[in-house]
Parts: sequence; C-alpha cells; structure tokens
Amino acid sequence: MTRMTSLLLAVCLALAAGAAGADDILAMDPEATFQSEEQLKRYEKLTHEFRCVVCQNQSVAESNVDLARDLRRITRDMILAGNTDAEIKRFMTDRYGDFVLYDPPFKPETYLLWGAPVVLLLLGAIVMVNVVGRRSGEADTDAEGKGETS
Amino acid sequence: MKSLKYLLPGIAFLVLAAFFYRGLFLNPRTVPSPLIGKPAPAFDLEDLRQPAERFVTADMLGQPAVLNVWATWCAGCRQEHAFLMQLARSGEVPLYGMNYRDERPKALEWLRKLGDPYVKVAYDPQGNGSLDWGVYGSPETFLIDPQGTVVYKHLGPMDPRVWATEFKPRIAAMKGVAQSTQGAAQ
Repeated sequence: MTRMTSLLLAVCLALAAGAAGADDILAMDPEATFQSEEQLKRYEKLTHEFRCVVCQNQSVAESNVDLARDLRRITRDMILAGNTDAEIKRFMTDRYGDFVLYDPPFKPETYLLWGAPVVLLLLGAIVMVNVVGRRSGEADTDAEGKGETS
Repeated sequence: MKSLKYLLPGIAFLVLAAFFYRGLFLNPRTVPSPLIGKPAPAFDLEDLRQPAERFVTADMLGQPAVLNVWATWCAGCRQEHAFLMQLARSGEVPLYGMNYRDERPKALEWLRKLGDPYVKVAYDPQGNGSLDWGVYGSPETFLIDPQGTVVYKHLGPMDPRVWATEFKPRIAAMKGVAQSTQGAAQ
C-alpha cells in the first residue's frame, strides 16, 4: 500500500515537473495564460491567420519551429498587453510583409488577386448567356420545325 | 469573328503557360522583405566576443555596411564563410555579424577554426534582435546605407555572383553619392 502511494506520488511529481519545465507546451496550450475566453479565441484566430515563414505551408499555430513559437508568444503577450488585432497584424507585416498573412489585404497590388474571381465569373456569365441564348434560339426553331412536320 | 473564338483559348493557354514557366525559376523561400527602404531596426545586443560590450544598430552607421546573420547549425553559413573571409580581406565594406539562435562557445569555436571576417558580432541566442529584422532563415545578408536605411537583403548563402550583381553596384552608388555631396560641401 505504501509502495503504491509512493509510486503514485512519483508519477504526479514527474508530470508536474514536465508541465512546469516546458514553456513551449504553455505556448502551444495557452488556456492557462489568458484571462478570458474572448482573448483565447482571438489568439487562436490570429495564430491560424499567420503563415509560418520558415515552413510555408503551416500556420504559426501549427508549426513547431522556434520562430513560430516566438511569434505565438508575441501574439499572446500582445493580446495580454491589450493590443488590438490590427496592431498585432501590423507587427507581423512590418517584419515579414503581407506574405505572413494567409488572408492578403485589399490594396492596389492585390486588386488583380481579389478582382480576378469576379471578373472571371462575369466573363463566364457573358459567354454562358450568349451560348445558351443562341442554343435556345436554335432549339426553338428546331422544335417549331419538328412540330410543323409531324 | 469565328477565328477569334478558336484563337482565344490558345491565347489564354499561352498567357498561363508564360506565368507558370516564370514560376519555375522563382524561389518560393524568397519572401520580399518589407524592410527595404526603411530604417534599420534598432537592436541592442551583447557582443559575441566581448560579452561585457554592447553592439547596437547605430554602430554600423556612417558608411555602407553589411550585416550577415549566421549560426553554427546553419549549413548555408558554412558554405558562404570562405567568401565572407575573402570579402573581409578585400576591405570593400565593413562586415558585421549577428549570431542567430546559437551558443556562444560553439560560435567562438567556429570563428577560431574557420576565421573571423566580422568587425563586430552581435550575440542573439533568443532571436530577439533578429526578430525585428524579419530574419526567418539564416544565412541572411543585409546591406545598409550610411544613414542606416536597409537597401537590400539576400536570403541564402552569399556568393561572388550575388555580391557582384546585387551588392557591389548598390555600394558603388552609395559611395558615389557620398563623394558628390562631399565635393559639393567643399
């Protein structure tokens, strides 16, 4: 019985030591450090919006690279310090450019990027209206022709 | 009109193909630095070789300067080291270093073994200084003008070709401007 309790105690101590020693776990698992649910939500949203510039197909939230860990820490600290989302994004783009944002801002350099889908959709619509219009015209005359002969 | 209808998809294909072809020769790791044309971010770090001393951004001003971000764990840094030594010997421009997320004994050992091309080296084990410079993959090499504006950034190992095509002309332009203003002052 005493052996059992000492074993349990040892396991608990080991777990506690592990949790206290690893600062990166804290960064990956920030619940403990935020004062409100709202801050945590902002943190999750922001870190998923930032691209990890080292490992380009992962977000800052997903990556284990040193730099991503630092950026998570900075995001957390800036939220706790009362910075707005816009200020935090500004901090990132000042250093890494718009490339760090998965959601690129709407500005002259990106007009084409944002506008292209709309333009393509309009072009497609024009083509479709033309083609369908012509075809239905043909179909009508066909039907009429058939109606007359039968 | 009929021929245009058949020509358009062909033109669209060629335009797309041209973009994709160009894309084959771009390096996706090269992210344009937002620092270009902006004042060099301030850092205040320990000197690698003299821990009691500080190395601050202002130490580099007054003449064209090159800041090279390196680490002993970085393969590209070893690759470029011989050229950096050559550059230091040529005395074209002062070469400063920033030791990035590294350990001091290892960094000092590296400089002792491979040679030390740097006028001054900042020691940045936590990456705090390099963060403000937007460093994300060493080696990175910055060119700073005498007034402290970042003029150019090269990502990856420095080599004679990059030096000759990207750095040399820009340094020459800075020196030319400096001379002409001096001439005007006289």
